[in-house]
Amino acid sequence: MIPPVTPPAPATAAPGTGAFAPVPGTAPLPRMIRAQALLETRMLLRNGEQLLLTVVIPALLLVLFSAVDIVDTGAGKSVDFLTPGILALAVLSTAFTGQAIATGFERRYGVLKRLGASPLPRWALMTAKTCSVLVTEALQVLLLVAIAFALGWSPHGNPLSVLLLLLLGTAAFSGLGLLMAGTLKAEATLAAANLVFLLLLVAGGVIVPMDKFSSGVQAVLKLLPISALSDGLRDVLQHGAGVPWGDLGILAVWAVVGLAAAARFFRWE
Amino acid sequence: MRYESAVEVTSLVKRYGAKTAVDGLSLTVAAGGVTAVLGPNGAGKTTTIEVCEGYRRPDAGTARVLGLDPVTEGARLRPRIGVMLQSGGVYPGARAEEMLRHTAGMYADPVDPDVLIERLGLQSCGRTAYRRLSGGQQQRLALAMAVVGRPELVFLDEPTAGLDPQARHATWDLVRELRTDGVTVVLTTHFMEEAEQLADDVVIIDGGRAIATGSPEELCRGGAENTLRFTGRPGLDLVSLLNALPADTVAAELSPGSYRIEGRVDPQLLATVTSWCAQHGVMPDHLAVERRTLEDVFLELTGRELRA
Repeated sequence: MIPPVTPPAPATAAPGTGAFAPVPGTAPLPRMIRAQALLETRMLLRNGEQLLLTVVIPALLLVLFSAVDIVDTGAGKSVDFLTPGILALAVLSTAFTGQAIATGFERRYGVLKRLGASPLPRWALMTAKTCSVLVTEALQVLLLVAIAFALGWSPHGNPLSVLLLLLLGTAAFSGLGLLMAGTLKAEATLAAANLVFLLLLVAGGVIVPMDKFSSGVQAVLKLLPISALSDGLRDVLQHGAGVPWGDLGILAVWAVVGLAAAARFFRWE
Repeated sequence: MRYESAVEVTSLVKRYGAKTAVDGLSLTVAAGGVTAVLGPNGAGKTTTIEVCEGYRRPDAGTARVLGLDPVTEGARLRPRIGVMLQSGGVYPGARAEEMLRHTAGMYADPVDPDVLIERLGLQSCGRTAYRRLSGGQQQRLALAMAVVGRPELVFLDEPTAGLDPQARHATWDLVRELRTDGVTVVLTTHFMEEAEQLADDVVIIDGGRAIATGSPEELCRGGAENTLRFTGRPGLDLVSLLNALPADTVAAELSPGSYRIEGRVDPQLLATVTSWCAQHGVMPDHLAVERRTLEDVFLELTGRELRA
């Protein structure tokens, strides 16, 4: 018996539902920047090492050194001395160390390269990164201030001066962090950023008063961005000073030099 | 904007220090088709693609993509192209679905991410961090990210490297569907089968130049000879057989009773061989015409020595 003839199978090509019919176009920029900033913040908050650096270490130092008289913090309550320094450390940990390490590995893993082929312009990516740093810092400040109040902190001064110091400090540390991330290998950035964090923690007037160092060393250390930030914050919050122009000036110089160098030397791959 | 070709690369030169990666390469990609770029490692495939994507500035020559200069007009070009890098490109801590949705959010009218996740078999790992995905899952996520923005043109750099057969076929089906929907696809590959399966046009690159172009059929047909094999009793009189065949035909008894004829294998030659066999009382068993595969063509053109 002759088997019935079956009709030829349809061509194996995909059915062509039109799901991929080209409709190119870019989402609105503000929406892209907001989404990018939120994604970067989530990446940071999801990263255990980053959380250790930005949350656990500053909070632990604040509690430990306030409760136990390890370092002679001069006259007055030690929490009044420590809180401004710890706030400066929080800015250092997020804007410099955290951002440098994250960006260094994003560069290494081709994240920056791939984003470079997306509709998100580079300036918008950097804007999003800055927003993410500011959001993280806001969360840090909220947490640390709550802890400080619980420890009996009594701040003085103008909140606007504090805000100005924090913003200029963020700009200075961001420039330096991005310069490092954009020029060194990711592993080198990881090591160097942590080392710098540790050195500045000890030598930048964060928990150890600057007058523990000899006057010659002090003159140099006072030019560091971390010293300017912690000193400025302390002038305002502990001593009720107005606008600490000297410290703001130092931070502004670091910000301009760091951001310009980062813009000039940053390599995306 | 109207354009004749989706991609037009002319006399492209790209050097890295003293090394010349691309050395006067020209190629054209027709709009709406699938073009496969083949070549040994280090031939200049990725460099050429990355010039087209706007990552690298040519040292000489030009690249036009969708009628635009990829470097100076990159901002206008980027929303219209999709890019899959050879590896990486995703935050290690980002979840697969999260990253695809984020990428989709950068476009005006993206493909539904759920559709892509299902099509590429990523449902089971949607909540998995990128660094914990298998190599094949990472590849499929990168492919999804390249097409989610509904681009006119996608560049896929080795899209199936490291994929298992199921995932490879899912990728091929997706590429075919892109083509059906009018998307131009440029892909690089090491798999000749992939080029044969998918490509309308093939460009073979070696030493930084395009050394052959054409459809897979054209490339396999052109140039060298085809082969006819059969088995029969040992010791046939090949001189007598060759006398009946065109002058440039070659015949050999490879092992006792196993014969190979090389030449222009057409129906006439086949008829001549079988009638000669009939005259000599030979049953040509396992008679088979062998066409050149793309792999044969590729190896002929690029040589057989191992590349760095």
